[in-house]
Amino acid sequence: MENQLIAQPSDGFAQGNFGDVIVVGGGISGIQASLDLATAGFKVYLIEKGPAIGGHMAQLDKTYPTNDCSM
Amino acid sequence: MHIYFAQAIPLITYIDESCLYLKEKKCRICEGACKNDAIDLHQTPEKIELKVGAVILSPGYDVFDPKVRDEYGYGRLQNVVTGMDYERLMCATGPYEGEILRASDRRHPHNVAWIQCVGSRRDTAGDNGYCSSVCCTYAQKQVILTKDHNSETPCTIFHNDVRAYGKGFETFYQRTQQLPNVRFIRSYASIVGEDPETKNVIVRYATADEGVKEEQFEMVVLSVGLNPPKDYQGLAKKFGIEVNGHGFCQIDSANPMATTRPGIFVSGAFQGPLDIPESVFTASAAGAQCGELLNSRRGRLTTERVYPPETDNTAAEPRIGVFVCHCGANISRVVDVPDTVAYVQTLPNVVHVQNQLFSCATNSMKAIVDTVKEKSLNRVVIAACSPRTLEALFRDTLQEAGINKYYLDMANIREHCSWCHAREKEAATAKAKDIVRMSVARSIKLEPLQEFDLPVNRAALVVGGGLAGMTCALSIADQGHDVYLLEKEAELGGNARRLHSTIDGKNVQADLTRLIRRIYRHPAIHVYNEAVITEATGYIGNFVTRITSERGPAVIEHGAAVIAIGAEEYKPTEYLYGQDDRVLTHLELGERLAKSDAAVTGAQGVVMIQCVGCRNQDRNYCSRVCCSHSVKNALQLKAINPEMDVVIAFRDMRTYGFNENYYREASHQGVRFIRWTPEDPPTVEAAEADDGRAVLQVAVTDSILGSKIAFDADLVVLAAAIVPSRGAQEIASLFKVPLGPDGFFQEGHVKLRPVEFATDGVFLCGMAHYPKHMPEAVNQAYGAAGRALTLLSNDIVTVSGAVCEVNEKQCMGCGACVEVCTYDAIELRKTRQGEKAVVNPVICKGDGLCNAVCPTGAIVLKHFTDLEIESQIDALLPEPIEVQ
Repeated sequence: MENQLIAQPSDGFAQGNFGDVIVVGGGISGIQASLDLATAGFKVYLIEKGPAIGGHMAQLDKTYPTNDCSM
Repeated sequence: MHIYFAQAIPLITYIDESCLYLKEKKCRICEGACKNDAIDLHQTPEKIELKVGAVILSPGYDVFDPKVRDEYGYGRLQNVVTGMDYERLMCATGPYEGEILRASDRRHPHNVAWIQCVGSRRDTAGDNGYCSSVCCTYAQKQVILTKDHNSETPCTIFHNDVRAYGKGFETFYQRTQQLPNVRFIRSYASIVGEDPETKNVIVRYATADEGVKEEQFEMVVLSVGLNPPKDYQGLAKKFGIEVNGHGFCQIDSANPMATTRPGIFVSGAFQGPLDIPESVFTASAAGAQCGELLNSRRGRLTTERVYPPETDNTAAEPRIGVFVCHCGANISRVVDVPDTVAYVQTLPNVVHVQNQLFSCATNSMKAIVDTVKEKSLNRVVIAACSPRTLEALFRDTLQEAGINKYYLDMANIREHCSWCHAREKEAATAKAKDIVRMSVARSIKLEPLQEFDLPVNRAALVVGGGLAGMTCALSIADQGHDVYLLEKEAELGGNARRLHSTIDGKNVQADLTRLIRRIYRHPAIHVYNEAVITEATGYIGNFVTRITSERGPAVIEHGAAVIAIGAEEYKPTEYLYGQDDRVLTHLELGERLAKSDAAVTGAQGVVMIQCVGCRNQDRNYCSRVCCSHSVKNALQLKAINPEMDVVIAFRDMRTYGFNENYYREASHQGVRFIRWTPEDPPTVEAAEADDGRAVLQVAVTDSILGSKIAFDADLVVLAAAIVPSRGAQEIASLFKVPLGPDGFFQEGHVKLRPVEFATDGVFLCGMAHYPKHMPEAVNQAYGAAGRALTLLSNDIVTVSGAVCEVNEKQCMGCGACVEVCTYDAIELRKTRQGEKAVVNPVICKGDGLCNAVCPTGAIVLKHFTDLEIESQIDALLPEPIEVQ
C-alpha cells in the first residue's frame, strides 16, 4: 500500500519536468555520464549548446595511442 | 541551413543566425523548397524548467586561439593551421574529404612542421602557464597519420619536452621517432613569415650544434593547447561554483569530481586538461557521486525500453537486405560503392540493396528498420566497418525492426579493404564485392540465437585496500551495496601510507586516516586484512571467491569485482643505491622529510636523478608521477632552506597539466634543472667537497654545453620507477583478465572502457592500471564504482548467445578444449558414457579456441558454425584451387 502511494506521484514525475540529474555538455564525458546514470536507474537530461552531441571527439579523425577511428 | 555533420546525433537540419529572414525578414526561399513543410521560421527560444537532484558539468574545453598572438601568423599566413584544423584536414568528413591540402594552392604539402606548446607552458600575456597534456601525443599521432597519407612527407616536430607520460605513450613516441624522415628538434621555434612566391612558411629555431637557423616548410601545424570553456565565468555564475585562476573548475584534489557547491559535480576537461580516457572515467565517477546522493530514488523515474516482438524466421526463405556504407569518404574514396551495390543486386536471396553515407547515422538506422519491415527482410548485411565497435549498435537496430539480432552480418569493407588498399581502387572494389558476397552467403546460414538473462548478486568484491580500492569500496557501499574489501597487508592504505603531502600542500596522512575510519565504520563494508585469494570462480553477476585472511577462510559471493591492487616503487640497483645510505628514493625522502630528519634538513646540496628504472629496455614506459614528485620534494627542500643547492637531472620534464606551475615555481626558487640523455647517464661517486666534507659527486653531461658538470651532493634522490605489483600475474590469472606489455592490467578499451576488462563484471582502478597521481587514482576509483553500479543496480544481466556448445555424442572427453579455454568456461563431467566436456555458456566468450582444437568436431561455436564459415569460403572460391 505504502509503495503504491509512493509510486503514484513518482509516475507523475516521470512524465513532467522532473529528473534525477542534468548533465551539462554533450561531449564524450557528458555522454558517458548520461549513459552510466541512465543504465544505473536514473532519469537524465543531457543538455548540449550545439546542434549535435559528440563535442571535440567527434571532430577528431583518429585517437591516440591506438589510432582507432574517433567516431 | 546546415546539417552539423553526417553522423550527427540528432541528425537534424538547422538554421543559423546568418539567415536573411531572421536578420532582415527577407528571403523565405527554403519554406517554398521544402516539400514536407518542415520549416518553421517563427520558432522562438523556449524556457524549460527542470527539477533535478544533481548536476554534472561536462562542458569540456575550448581550443586555444593562436590569433591572440600575432607572432604565430595564424589567420595571416595561409599555410599555418592549428592542430584541430589539421585534424579536420585528415578526416574523411573534413573540408577536402580526407585529402591534406594547403589552403594557398590546394596542393599536398610535402614538408610539414609541428610547433609544440602553442599557447601552453608560457608565462606571457594571452598564453597559458599550464601544460595542456595532450598536444605532444596528438602531434605524434598526426605525424603517423600524415605518413599514412603520404609516407614520403618529411615531418618535423619542434618541442621542448616530449611528454609521453600516459599508458602506451612512450612506445607511441618511439614509433613516431622511428618513421623515416621524422625529426624531433628540441627548440623554441618562431614563425618568421612566408615565402611570397611559394607561400611556404619560414620557421626560425636554434639547435645546440648549428645555432640559430631558418627553414621553410610547406605547412606548419600549431599544436594548440586546451583553454577552459569560453563562457567559464557565465557557467560559474549560473551554477554558483568557483573556478581556478586558469578558468577551469575549482576542484578539491582529494575528490576532483566535487565542485565548491554540493550536488554539482564536474567531469571531463573542465577539471583541467585531460585526455579522452580520463574524460570517460571522470564521467563514470561523477555518475557514481550522483548515485551516492540520489540512491534512495534510483529507478523511480525510469522506464524500461521495450522492443517489438520478434518474428520467427526459422522456416522462412532468406530475404537479405544489404546496406553499403560510404563511411563519408573513408570507403567510397577507394571502393566504387554504386558499382558494388549494382553487383550485390545480382546475388541470390538479396531482395534489397542500397548505399548509405553513414550507416551508423541515426537516419540510416531508421531507414534500415523501415526497410526490414517494408520488405519483410529477415537477414541484414551491413557492408561498412569492423564489427568491433558497431556490431552492438546494428544488432540493436535489428531488434528494433523485430528480427533476431543474430541475423546480422557485417562485411568489413573499410579496415579490410578501403583502408589497406587505398592506392588500388579497382582491385579494392573487386575485393569489396568478394567480401560482401561472402557475407551474403554466410547470412543465409545464420541462425537466430537466444541470449541468457542472469540474476545479479548485489555485492561487490574490491581487491586491494589502497587509496583507489578504499575510495571505490566506499562509493559502492554508499550506493547501497555490500562490499568485501581485501587487503594483503595487515593495514589498509597501500602506497599512500608512505606519502605525506601532495604537490598542492594537502596532508595525505590526515585524509587517509579519515578514509580508513570511514571504511571500518561503514556497516556495508567488510574488510579482510592479510587476505590471500585461493580461488576465484563464477561469472558476471555471480562470482564466488575463496580467501584466507586474519579472520580465517571465507567464501565470498559477489556480482562484480574491482581490481585495485596498486603498484610498487622500483628498488634501484643504479647510482649506488643500497650501497651508500645517502642515496634514497623519493618515497624514502618524503618519509624523512616528514620526520624532519637532520640529514635532510641540514643538507647543503641535493641532486635528484629522474627516470631510474624506466624509460629503458627493461621497462619501456614512463612512470608518469616522478617528475612532479621530484618538483614537489625540491620545493619542500627549498622551503626548509632556500640556500640549499637542489639539482634535478632529467631527460624530459613531464610535469603535465597544472603541475607545470610547480615546475616553473621550482625554477624561480632556484632549483637547477639539467638534462641528460640515455646515451650518457649521470654518474655518482663518493668524493670530498672543496670545504672538506664527504659528499657524493654527481657528474652530468650538460646537453647544451656538451661538457660534464659535477655537483656535490649530501643526498642523491632517485626518481625510482613505478613497477607492477608482485601479485599482478597471480590476480590476473585468478580473474582471467590480461596484463599489458608493461605488466600493468590491460583495460577493455583504452579510450572507451578504461576502467573495465573484456571479462564482464570485472573492473579496474588505481595504479594497477598504470602509475598515477592520487587525484587521478581517486578519479578512476569513483569511475570503477560508477561502472560497477551500472551492473549491480540491475536485477538481471544479459549475456551473449554466440557461445560454444558440446555435442555430447561426439565428445570423447579428451579435455583438449578445457586446456585452451582462457576463461575456464569448460569442465569435464562424468556421465554414463565416460567424461564429457560441458561449456558454461555464461562464461564462454565465443573466442573459438576450443572448437578449433577439438579432434572430433564435437564443439560448435554458435554464430560461427562450420556451415556458416564454409559457406563464406565457398562464396569466395566457387572452384577448388590447386595447392602446389
